[in-house]
Order: sequence, then C-alpha cells, then structure tokens
Amino acid sequence: MTQLVISGNYAQSYAAKLARVHVVSAYPITPQTAIVEKIAEFVASGALPAEYIKVESEHSAMQACISASALGARTYTATSSQGLLLMHELLHWAAGARTPVVMGVVNRAVAPPWSIWTDHGDTMSQRDTGWIQFYGESNQEVLDTTLMAFRLAEHPEVRLPAMVTEDAFYLSHTVEPVDIPGQDQVDAFLPPRERSSTLEVGKAMRLGSFTGPEHYMEFRHKIAKAMVRTRDVFLEIEDDYARITGRNHGGLLPTYKTDDADTVLVTMGTATTTARGVVDAMRADGHKVGLAKLRTFRPFPVQELRDLATRVDRIGVLDRSFTFGAAGAAFTEVAGALYAAPHHPQLRGFVAGLGGRDITAAMVREALLDLLTRDGPESSWVELKSRTEAS
Amino acid sequence: MIEIRFHGRGGQGAVIASELLAQAAFLEGKYPQSFPFFGVERRGAPVTAYTRIDDAPIQIRTSITDPDIVVVLDAQLMRTISVTAGLKPDGLLLVNSEKAPDALASSFKGRVATIDATSIALAHGLGSKATPIVNTAVLGALARASGIVTLDSVRKAVGRFVPAKQQANVMAAEDAYQHVVSLAVVP
Repeated sequence: MTQLVISGNYAQSYAAKLARVHVVSAYPITPQTAIVEKIAEFVASGALPAEYIKVESEHSAMQACISASALGARTYTATSSQGLLLMHELLHWAAGARTPVVMGVVNRAVAPPWSIWTDHGDTMSQRDTGWIQFYGESNQEVLDTTLMAFRLAEHPEVRLPAMVTEDAFYLSHTVEPVDIPGQDQVDAFLPPRERSSTLEVGKAMRLGSFTGPEHYMEFRHKIAKAMVRTRDVFLEIEDDYARITGRNHGGLLPTYKTDDADTVLVTMGTATTTARGVVDAMRADGHKVGLAKLRTFRPFPVQELRDLATRVDRIGVLDRSFTFGAAGAAFTEVAGALYAAPHHPQLRGFVAGLGGRDITAAMVREALLDLLTRDGPESSWVELKSRTEAS
Repeated sequence: MIEIRFHGRGGQGAVIASELLAQAAFLEGKYPQSFPFFGVERRGAPVTAYTRIDDAPIQIRTSITDPDIVVVLDAQLMRTISVTAGLKPDGLLLVNSEKAPDALASSFKGRVATIDATSIALAHGLGSKATPIVNTAVLGALARASGIVTLDSVRKAVGRFVPAKQQANVMAAEDAYQHVVSLAVVP
C-alpha cells in the first residue's frame, strides 16, 4: 500500500489499473477527461496491458465495452453529463445483455444552460436502465468502491453493469490523500473474471436477439431479481474488501450518529462530508441530529431506510437533482420506501446545490434546524435567489 | 484548519500551485485538500484554486469564502476581481508584484507581502514574457511569508510533482523564498 495525494479522477484510473481491466473504450468529456487520459498513459507505458479502443462518441464507447464484456473481458469506461446521456440507449443494452461493464461517472449538470459543474441530474436520469449506482463521497471511497464494483458486477448471481459516480470538481478535481492498495491485495480480492455465460468460439449462443411476449417479462424479472440479490452480495464483498485492506465504507446506507437521533438528514455524494461537520457542531449544541448517506441509489436501500425510520421522528432528504413534475429523486424514493413501513417519520425534501452551487455548512444547518423546529413545506428549494439577486 | 485561496489566470499555474501546496503539506504529515474553480477553461481566463490544510481529515467540501490567506498570481486581476473578499482581518495577502507591500496596503488592512515572481520565473526560464509560469516562485514566497509549510517541503513537492523543468522550478521557489518582502501590520 502507498499513500498518494490524488484527484477523484485519478482514483478511478488507479482502480481500473489495479483491477487489471482488459478493455477500455472511452470518449473524453470535461471533467472526466483526466480519468481516461491517465488510463491511456498506463496503457501506453505498458503498466496496464489492456486494449484501449478509441471511438468517435460515448455511444460507441459503451457499445465497444458491451461487446468486449460479452466475450468475457473485464471492461471499463468513464463519462459525464451529456456524454452519459448520449449513452442512454446502450446503458439499457448493457444491463439487458447482462454485461458487467464498470463505468466511472463524473456527476455534472445537464445542459442547457451549459454547465461543467456538479449535480446528480445526469445519473438520476439513468436510474431505470438496470445499472447498479454508487455515489462517492471521497476519493478513497471512489477508488475502493470501483474495485468492489468489478467484483459485484461480475458476480454470477448479479451480472449487471455498475457505475461509480463522483461529484464534479468536489471530487473529480480535488486532490486529497488516498491509500492505494497493493497489486497483491487487489489480486487476492479480485481474481480474473470467470468465463461463464460469455460468448465463445465453437459454442452456440444468442445475445440480445428477438424475443416475443412469451419470454420478455421473464428476462426483465431476472434483472429485477439480480438487482435485489445485489444488496447481500455487495455486503459480503465489502466485508471481504475490509478483511484485505482494513477499509469498510458502511454498506448501502452508512449512518452517522443516528442511534439516539430524533432528526436525520439523508444525503448523497460530497454534501455528506460538509453535513457530517454540521452534525458534529449541532450535537455540541445539544441537538439530536444524525446523517444517513445514500451510497447506492440502485439498488435503493429500502430495508436500511425502514430500519432507520423505526428510530427517528423526522427525516430530511437533501437532493442534488430534481425530477420535473414531481420532487427530488431521492426524496420520492425515500417516501416510497417508507410508505409500506410501520413507522412514518415526518418527511421533508430539500433541493440544493444544482449546477455546482456550494452546499454550504450554513445551508445544511438551516435545513436541519428547519426540520427540528418547524413544520415546513413538503419540498423546498434551498436559498433560491430572487430575480434581483440573480441579475 | 488553514484555508488558502489562489487567484490567477489560465496558464500561470494557479491550480498546480494549490496542488503543490497540498503535496508539501502532506509531506509534513498534514491532511490537505485542494481543488480549482474554473470559469471558462482557456488561457488567460481568471482561475481560482483552493487549498485546505488541517491536522485531521477535513470535514467540508465547498469553495473557500473566508480564507486565511489569499495568493494573487497576477496583480492585474485586482482591478476587476475583489481578491480580498472574505479574507480574515488577521490574514495574509501575498501578491506577485514588483512593488513594495506598502504600495498595496490600500487593498487589505492585514498583512501584505509581495514577491516579483514574474522576474524570478523568467530568470529561470519558466514560461515566456507574455505568459510567465510563476506558480513555483509564488509557492516559495508563500512558504516564507506564511510559515504554513517549510521551504524543504516545497522543494520536495516541486521536485517530485511539477511535470517539467524540475530543477529550474525548485530554484525559482528558493529564490522567491529569499526575496519575498512582507509588511508587518502596525498595531
């Protein structure tokens, strides 16, 4: 193990190298470009003996990954915002064809208006494609989760593609200390991909062929079942990772100071770090507040949220995206998860930090105080500027 | 926790300066965090970069609005950007300028320091007269004026992590360390 001060982008690149990926195909897009540039360097220097396929678009990059993965290769790509949207059709393909492609996504707001800064609108609009979705909070978590994502995606009871996301700039371009596991450690954790259900010469198989109404539903149901299975498989994988590296990031819904909390804020990505600092400060003032981090959005941690709901009176959900005509995506999903549960805490949604606006400690504190002391609207946009302020 | 905000123009190396400072702090066993805020990604456009340094893991991921230290790589930026916005009254303003610090005293009531990083960079062949790469010289000056990292850590960080002309960059940092002029606050 070595410790390096590296960006979230390089954390992805190092993870792909340590995973000994066979095939990388990508099309550069700000601000993920550095991920694939670094991988290209690894390949060019011989440090990573992989096939690096240059393509003309993200759509083709995903197609190349799906094809290579169908043949049994361990594959990786990375993208961001509009690039991810261009992949949309092929994202469905990757899941439907059960190809365990792993992809890094730098979360970036969707245009127009053009933005290079973070929010979760890009990946939230891909949540129904059948991909496993992890949202990273630190560069360390991004590296570790990417390694775990390969083993999870390739697990015979899962065989689904997985994306590991990181907030643009707050992680992608932020350098901070990261423990890089040794190659021997990673090899012990992540053996070469098993050749099962892969296309092979001399073996008659069909992939993605025409299917009538008599079978289509069963194919979909298999994906649904695999996604449900993903939860337990991931927990086993993370335990195994912790045995080898000493690091466990806490499963699908890591919680912070929730044991005796009355009020809990549900967060995603880098807003969690700032919120943790706020929870510490508010605890010092005697407020019984806590945090729960949606580390996975797919599968959605329904069971974990229902457990949390038995202990707390109020839950706030901080969304860094919005579903037009409804509410924040995380808020809607949390509400859905809790409806069938026996305990119904008061639930409030806060939409903040779109297009890279800072989610400040003051904002998080205000949201938590609001939850503690007032019965406010079901869903609100935080610190929206008035027309005069915005001009 | 110490928070440092860098103001520069695309091409001067403000982002690399903020990262090198993080590397130097890491070499001293500290927890650093550094990231840039790009406006438009092009040469000459204003760039802001942030570095946080603490003795414990950093529990905040936002831009820096109330810095302890502001570093300005191009004094011309001070005409159009309020570089001292939010700078703590007992903080430090370090500017790449050939002027003496008291000439900039109207910009900030706290400590002001200046370094002619442009001349030092050019003397060591770093960049061109139109676009001198002043980041390593500014970092040497910052080490002296602030004391947040040692010159030795700056030397090591620059020597290991600048992509080209390592020796010239180390010498520029050393030169600036010797020549930075710091104006003490008159109580």
